Amino acid sequence: MAYSKELLEHYDNPRNVGSLDKEDKAVGTGLVGAPACGDVMKLQIKVGADGRIEDAKFKTFGCGSAIASSSLATEWIKGKSIDDAEQIKNTEIAQHLSLPPVKIHCSVLAEDAIKAAIRDYREKNGQAAGAVQTADAAE
Amino acid sequence: MMIDAMTSGAAMSGAKAGNNKPHLPIYLDYQATTPTDPRVVEKMLPYFTEKFGNPHSRNHHHGWEAEEAIEIARTQVASIIGADPREVIFTSGATESNNIALKGVLRFHKDRRNHLITVVTEHKCVLESARHMEMEGCEVTYLPVEQNGLVDLDRLRAAITDKTALVSIMAVNNEIGVIQPLREIGALCREKGVYFHTDAAQAVGKIALDVNAMNIDLMSISGHKLYGPKGVGALYVRRKPRVRLEALIHGGGQERGLRAGTLPTPLCVGLGEACAIAEREMPAEAERLRYLRDRMLNGITKALPEVYVNGDLENRIPGNLNISFAYVEGEGLMMGIKNLSVSSGSACTSASLEPSYVLRALGVEEELAHTSIRFGLGRFTTEQDVDYAIEHVVAAVRRLRELSPLWEMAQAGVDIKSIRWAEH
Repeated sequence: MAYSKELLEHYDNPRNVGSLDKEDKAVGTGLVGAPACGDVMKLQIKVGADGRIEDAKFKTFGCGSAIASSSLATEWIKGKSIDDAEQIKNTEIAQHLSLPPVKIHCSVLAEDAIKAAIRDYREKNGQAAGAVQTADAAE
Repeated sequence: MMIDAMTSGAAMSGAKAGNNKPHLPIYLDYQATTPTDPRVVEKMLPYFTEKFGNPHSRNHHHGWEAEEAIEIARTQVASIIGADPREVIFTSGATESNNIALKGVLRFHKDRRNHLITVVTEHKCVLESARHMEMEGCEVTYLPVEQNGLVDLDRLRAAITDKTALVSIMAVNNEIGVIQPLREIGALCREKGVYFHTDAAQAVGKIALDVNAMNIDLMSISGHKLYGPKGVGALYVRRKPRVRLEALIHGGGQERGLRAGTLPTPLCVGLGEACAIAEREMPAEAERLRYLRDRMLNGITKALPEVYVNGDLENRIPGNLNISFAYVEGEGLMMGIKNLSVSSGSACTSASLEPSYVLRALGVEEELAHTSIRFGLGRFTTEQDVDYAIEHVVAAVRRLRELSPLWEMAQAGVDIKSIRWAEH
């Protein structure tokens, strides 16, 4: 089974590898997956005063598809507002990387990681469930 | 210029082409399959074309010619396991041999003895045959293994009852290369009066085997694991005391009625020649492979912390190394060493979502099972190949650990087991 050029490119040159200070109030951290299942993603966002994601970092334990999915996710969310970042769907990630069917769960995990990081940021900044509901209602 | 061009052409034949650069990609998956040795292919070729006769044609030259080749091959196969040629039947491979051994023996004996004992780390074709016999009303005991992958003899002794017909325990495990105590198992089975079958697909040509000294009653052999062709194997069936079993394939009565069908002469010739070469070269080759395997292990462990060998290192074929690289997922690692053809015990490389059942049976934690890589070294592996592999594996593991949140946590002193992970 051959992997797509996009996937291999992200695997070979992953974007935004690293960590942000998780104690920082402006940083949201998402940690999803489980070692026993063979994949763990840590995705962090740093949100600016204007509500935009000014930086994103990730670290992933997993297969090439998982690494590429999380790398792509950080690339896409940087510069977006958290509300827009929240709209990113796993199917878009899967399509962009041409993930084979057995690897779709890697893109699901990447979407979960984005959402978990945003949730963490909101909880830290006292805008938890309420803000999410407002966003939903606005749709 | 001309000479240069010719030299690089010669490099097509592999790493032995004079310079120190290995020929890429490097094959390090010799437990999955082996290339057919060119000397074997050469012996096989005439039996496709001019010597094409049906070995079962008893009345003309073409038949006799093929039959003679078959019988030479049968003698070669028998020789490497210390058997009589009349005790060897040809099959399509070890999967078929294992099916005949388990189903054939149990179906013949199940009215009086319907109990089978096997081991949880057996190859799927043994485990699935055992499951199938359970559906036909047989009782099966699946013995666990110790942390080193070996069977505990006291446990085996305790499992044998007066209903036990057969004990089936593999000689060498395909994932971790560990060698079961065949001689002791055989002695125990003989003492208890039960048949002993061993799946020796990974053992023949790698370790010395003697069906009489080891009291083995049935043995499965594969062609393509010992530099012979794919699609052929053999089953050893003891004559004295005689092992009775039912055939699975019925037809013209070939192979003593145990396996009907016209024998594929070229494949049988190939298996025979592969056995003859392996028998001749085994001692020197085992020493060479042990040196390469140790070089590889030392090279990796010297450069990387938190690397664990799966399975016993002493009781192990020299060409196998199965290592867990903690905090780096196996398939992710394989993508980083594209020029090395290896296998992983990670779930991601298989159709199932579970990591290797063999590693789990040793008590290897799931998270470590996901990080395992099997390196299989063999007849055409060179020192340059091994050095290249060490360099690239070490570099890839270092890079992926820098990418791993688990490595980061471990370095920061966080106990990964203390985190409540969401299983998905």
